[in-house]
Amino acid sequence: MKQFFAFVKKEFYHIFRDRRTMIILLAMPVVQIIIFGFALTNEVKNSKIAIWDQSKDAATASLINQLEASRYFEVEQSIHTAKEIESIFQKGEIKLAMILPQHFDEDLRHFNKAQVQLIADASDPNVANTLTNYASAIIMDYQNRITHEKKLPYTITTEMRMLYNPELKGAYNFVPGVMAMVLLLVCTMMTAITIVREKETGTMEVMLVSPANPLRIVIAKAVPYFLLSMVNITTILLLSVFVLDVPVNGSLVLLVGESLLFTLVSLSLGLLISTKAGSQQTALFISLVGLLLPTVMLSGFMFPIENMPLPLRTVSNIVPARWYYSIVKSVMIKGIGLNAVWKETLILSGMLIFFLGLAIKNFKIRLA
Amino acid sequence: MAIVSMNEKVIVAENLTKKFGDFTAVDHISFGVHKGEIFGFLGANGAGKTTAMRMLSGLSMPTSGNAMVAGFDVYRENEKIKRNIGYMSQKFSLYEDLTVRENIRFYAGIYGMSSHFIKEKMGQVLGELHLTAEGDKLVKSLPLGWKQKLAFSVAIFHEPRIVFLDEPTGGVDPVTRREFWHMIYEAAASGITVFVTTHYMDEAEYCDRVSIMVDGRIDALDTPQQLKKTYAAESMDEVFLKLARKATRAAD
Repeated sequence: MKQFFAFVKKEFYHIFRDRRTMIILLAMPVVQIIIFGFALTNEVKNSKIAIWDQSKDAATASLINQLEASRYFEVEQSIHTAKEIESIFQKGEIKLAMILPQHFDEDLRHFNKAQVQLIADASDPNVANTLTNYASAIIMDYQNRITHEKKLPYTITTEMRMLYNPELKGAYNFVPGVMAMVLLLVCTMMTAITIVREKETGTMEVMLVSPANPLRIVIAKAVPYFLLSMVNITTILLLSVFVLDVPVNGSLVLLVGESLLFTLVSLSLGLLISTKAGSQQTALFISLVGLLLPTVMLSGFMFPIENMPLPLRTVSNIVPARWYYSIVKSVMIKGIGLNAVWKETLILSGMLIFFLGLAIKNFKIRLA
Repeated sequence: MAIVSMNEKVIVAENLTKKFGDFTAVDHISFGVHKGEIFGFLGANGAGKTTAMRMLSGLSMPTSGNAMVAGFDVYRENEKIKRNIGYMSQKFSLYEDLTVRENIRFYAGIYGMSSHFIKEKMGQVLGELHLTAEGDKLVKSLPLGWKQKLAFSVAIFHEPRIVFLDEPTGGVDPVTRREFWHMIYEAAASGITVFVTTHYMDEAEYCDRVSIMVDGRIDALDTPQQLKKTYAAESMDEVFLKLARKATRAAD
């Protein structure tokens, strides 16, 4: 046991003395949360909209008012010809135009039917989609209000509720993604690199000649990164609760427990890489291209897995982060318990056993 | 010269062989090393020195043949061998980002030395190396010669019965090499058997006995004086060249 602590202590010296790496390790989650939370957001806030109001009556005024009252839109400009739409889109600042035809109020009252046209700049399809959705929702809202006032006999009203995330915040999506990414980087990449570094410098050979149990050497190398990931998980959760207002709806114990499980999976992947890679560069390359890239692309964090073609969907099954991401979303955002995520938990446990077993097997072969 | 006990053998190899696929890196080598002896293990690059040494130090399993190290069998008593040997690799093997004391404490900790023993012996070792004032400096700030001497002290800190040195003086200036060999003599005098591989033929003269490996086999084994006589050579350099000329294996 004393021997084991000697190893762990030495490992901490390495980390603390390499100040640059340590700052990167501890600052990474903070920076990622800030970047995703405040810079890379696809939410709509005070988006500028142009309006061509051809009827200028009480109904259109009321609709425009409602649009302005929402915090999503800002009426920037009134336009008077169809040509103007294109010229303002080309300037690029305004991405949505609403056209209210003549006799809007009369049509609404006499025929119970009026038309609104939304024209969006779809050069960025995601933004166009989001903007038109928001605008339609506001128009629908307006319609509900007036039909309610008039008490028409037969109307079907659609009521939409955004469960778990009523404000459609992007943070609900990326906080779990950032957790998966940070854990993977800290555990897999750093563990792989430090073990390979000892192989490169020759110190690993000296330790293998010593009576120290090789398995214990490797476990001791993983312990500091395990502790460091705990610090990072705490940072991310605190930031998301207090800065981004993303609550932990489910059991915190379950969330932390699942995170520990994923950390162990990442560590065993790091060990596996270290048994295969001959140089620190190779270890870095495998970690980044072989793990980080699939994590970002195929875990469902950037692109929904349901929309992927079958081959990619199949591949996504072997990406551990996919299952962890799904667990965090369920536990943290939806607030559901183990009975709903047992399948994912089982898959991660299976991966842990598989990767760890493979890593240990390779490690022994190398010794013989 | 060290006091060599001729009747006690600490390393015995019989037909020790290591094959990597079709390639026979070490081909049926047999030799014995006496307690307290400085045993030089010479050979061109690729002759099989390092592979042989790795088998004796428990890093690699022999394909066939037998070997006993410190009285233990290399196949079955691997762990016991490891407790009784020290090892200094070709590559510089201390941690640059740890201080002198931290390095010693770490390596002694691996061998399960008590903190009392470590404390006492550390003072003694640092004093002998004239490193007492530098004890809390990072190893990377030391000159290469001192690092090398420190690495040797670390390799024998736990007082092993045998120490394996794999080209320990590579890249070191002649003055430091002399000092280094002085340390080797002292270790041998205290009863530690020294098994050393080297490229430098002047160093071969310092050994009690020398074996020369060619193409995975031991072609000559004797004292430097006797070898020079047998091969009618002026120096070990000449002996080595005469033997190495027969090599068919390309150096790596």
